[in-house]
Amino acid sequence: MARVHILLVLAVIGCALYVVMSQHKARNLLAELQQETDRAQQMEVEWGQLQLEQSTWAMPARVDKIAVNKLQMRAPKGQQTRLIYSKGSHESSVRP
Amino acid sequence: MNYFKSTQTKKLVTLPAWRSRLLFILLLAGMGILILRAAYLQSINNNFLQQKGNARSSHVMAISAHRGMIADRHGEPLAISTPVESIGVNPQDVEVTPQQLNQLARIMSMDIKEVKRRLLDTTHDFVHLQRQLPPAQVEQIVKLGVPGLLLQREYRRYYPGGEVTAHLIGFTSVDDNGQEGLELALQSQLGGKAGSQRVIQDRKGHIAEDIANIRLPKPGNNIALSVDSKIQYLAYREIKSAVEQHNAQSGSIVVLDAQSGEVLALANWPSYNPNNRTKPSLQVLRNHAVTDLFEPGSTLKPFTVATALEVGKYTPDSVINIENGVFRIGKHAIHDTHPKKTLLTVSEVIQLSSNVGAAKIALSLSPEMVWRGLNDSGFGAQAGSGFPGEAAGKLHDHTKWKPVDQAAISYGHNISVSLLQLARAYTVFANNGELKPVSWLKLDKPASGKRVYSDATAHKMLAMLERVVSPEGTAPLAQVNGYRVAGKTGTAHKVIGGHYSPNRYISSFVGMAPASSPRLIVAVMLDAPAKGQYYGGIVAAPVFSSVMGAALRQLNVPNDKPLGNILMPPTEIVREEV
Repeated sequence: MARVHILLVLAVIGCALYVVMSQHKARNLLAELQQETDRAQQMEVEWGQLQLEQSTWAMPARVDKIAVNKLQMRAPKGQQTRLIYSKGSHESSVRP
Repeated sequence: MNYFKSTQTKKLVTLPAWRSRLLFILLLAGMGILILRAAYLQSINNNFLQQKGNARSSHVMAISAHRGMIADRHGEPLAISTPVESIGVNPQDVEVTPQQLNQLARIMSMDIKEVKRRLLDTTHDFVHLQRQLPPAQVEQIVKLGVPGLLLQREYRRYYPGGEVTAHLIGFTSVDDNGQEGLELALQSQLGGKAGSQRVIQDRKGHIAEDIANIRLPKPGNNIALSVDSKIQYLAYREIKSAVEQHNAQSGSIVVLDAQSGEVLALANWPSYNPNNRTKPSLQVLRNHAVTDLFEPGSTLKPFTVATALEVGKYTPDSVINIENGVFRIGKHAIHDTHPKKTLLTVSEVIQLSSNVGAAKIALSLSPEMVWRGLNDSGFGAQAGSGFPGEAAGKLHDHTKWKPVDQAAISYGHNISVSLLQLARAYTVFANNGELKPVSWLKLDKPASGKRVYSDATAHKMLAMLERVVSPEGTAPLAQVNGYRVAGKTGTAHKVIGGHYSPNRYISSFVGMAPASSPRLIVAVMLDAPAKGQYYGGIVAAPVFSSVMGAALRQLNVPNDKPLGNILMPPTEIVREEV
């Protein structure tokens, strides 16, 4: 009888220690998760900023200005334009 | 021990019995009090204490949710929320050296006295030092390591398009709620709902345990608009330069997809930069194209004529006597100030924009028919776009019309419309007689329309409107190289305080191309051009031409006319009737 009791006491102590350990692990994992979510959020922020930056650089107004002033580009006039039909598209296009 | 020994060995010193009893009772009472106190704390006062305990370690943390992005139809962002930090202080906790104070003021570009005043304002627990700082500055401030500074995450809306999309998109308040334009119209979809979560924190503020999600955060939805940012820019650029060239009070332009009713561009000038926190006057904030009404003038004539064709009273070749330019209805007279000939065909009434012709056609129909034609084309009712402040326009009930009213409405007087409404009404001619609903959002398939006129009428009208944009019409400047164009000019005296102003006009042009199968509708309106020219065919038509041409090329629409020289009238452009 006494032996059984001792075994049970040992088992209880074992379980208790395990609980403590699991709790500790859980906290560590949570901290890790927290870090990762923070990082994800940080990246999302960066993504938004990059998107913003890209669209600011690629704004038609800016492209227009650079094309005209810096690169001396201009839209071709009617006489300078030729319309070329790729094969098969001729039927689908609207007849003049 | 000694005492015991002595009592045992020596003669007993008898103590009064009450002393031990008293001691026993006192001890018992003391213990009883402790037990009662314990019971009180454990059961009766339990809730309060538990709360206090939790408050030390567990906190409710807000989880911020950002506002959805607004993008154009190709995914180009037009409005993005990015997180920014607001810096606040608890003045009671703050410890700052004069050197740090200097640096703080420099980083935030604030006056040093102001910073000092806020930092040392001990009457408050929390003072905002500066709201919505960009991340780079925040990092610098954090590096200073001033104790007592607190960071608060907030979102700030950025509009990469700036002035180009200002009226269309609108803007949000400091708290990121929509205030104007589509930001307001789409608030329920764009707005995020912040969530919250209960956690246990350790002494350093790290999260030790995640107890429960009280509410999951719900970020706002991203929305794809029907707008094409390249066409939007073209429209903006052209309307801006036209307003400046003609010294007009304002100008608006709307580009619609003729087949689906989607808004591809909408711009006004003067405009403003929505990224600035300080907003301009209400007049500049107004989205004239949607919220302002004007008397359209001749751009309305096609609807009267279409109604007349529909009932079979006229064909495009029916001849009308325009009475040498003066047509009397009772006391009133309707004028054509520069009649070219006495007899005009119905086509020529549109082509030369004859008021007398339009009035005669309208008067030969019943008021109800004329009214129905206009009402079915969407005049006098909101276009249903859901834009904040959208104007419904005024179309009086036909039972109250006198003959002179009926005549005036036929050429666009006594009726007021918004530019968006006018552009939408022209979907009738572009879509084989079907009126399409206006949409701000990108559609997967064109919305179904409502039939107003028959196929045959719509095609006849398209052919007539094409004649307007010919060297013999009122709008040769609206021609686009390589594409057939159909459209109508409008010039009307501006209504100021209920009266027609003698020398201020509203010039407009609404047109579509390619006329063989219209893809785009562009409506242009200039308010009070003040450089001498005021005819729609001279002021508004060139804007139409450049926007339409560039937009069609942008969309890779095949030509329906040979590329080549554009024919211009040998002498001066035919002036329309005002």
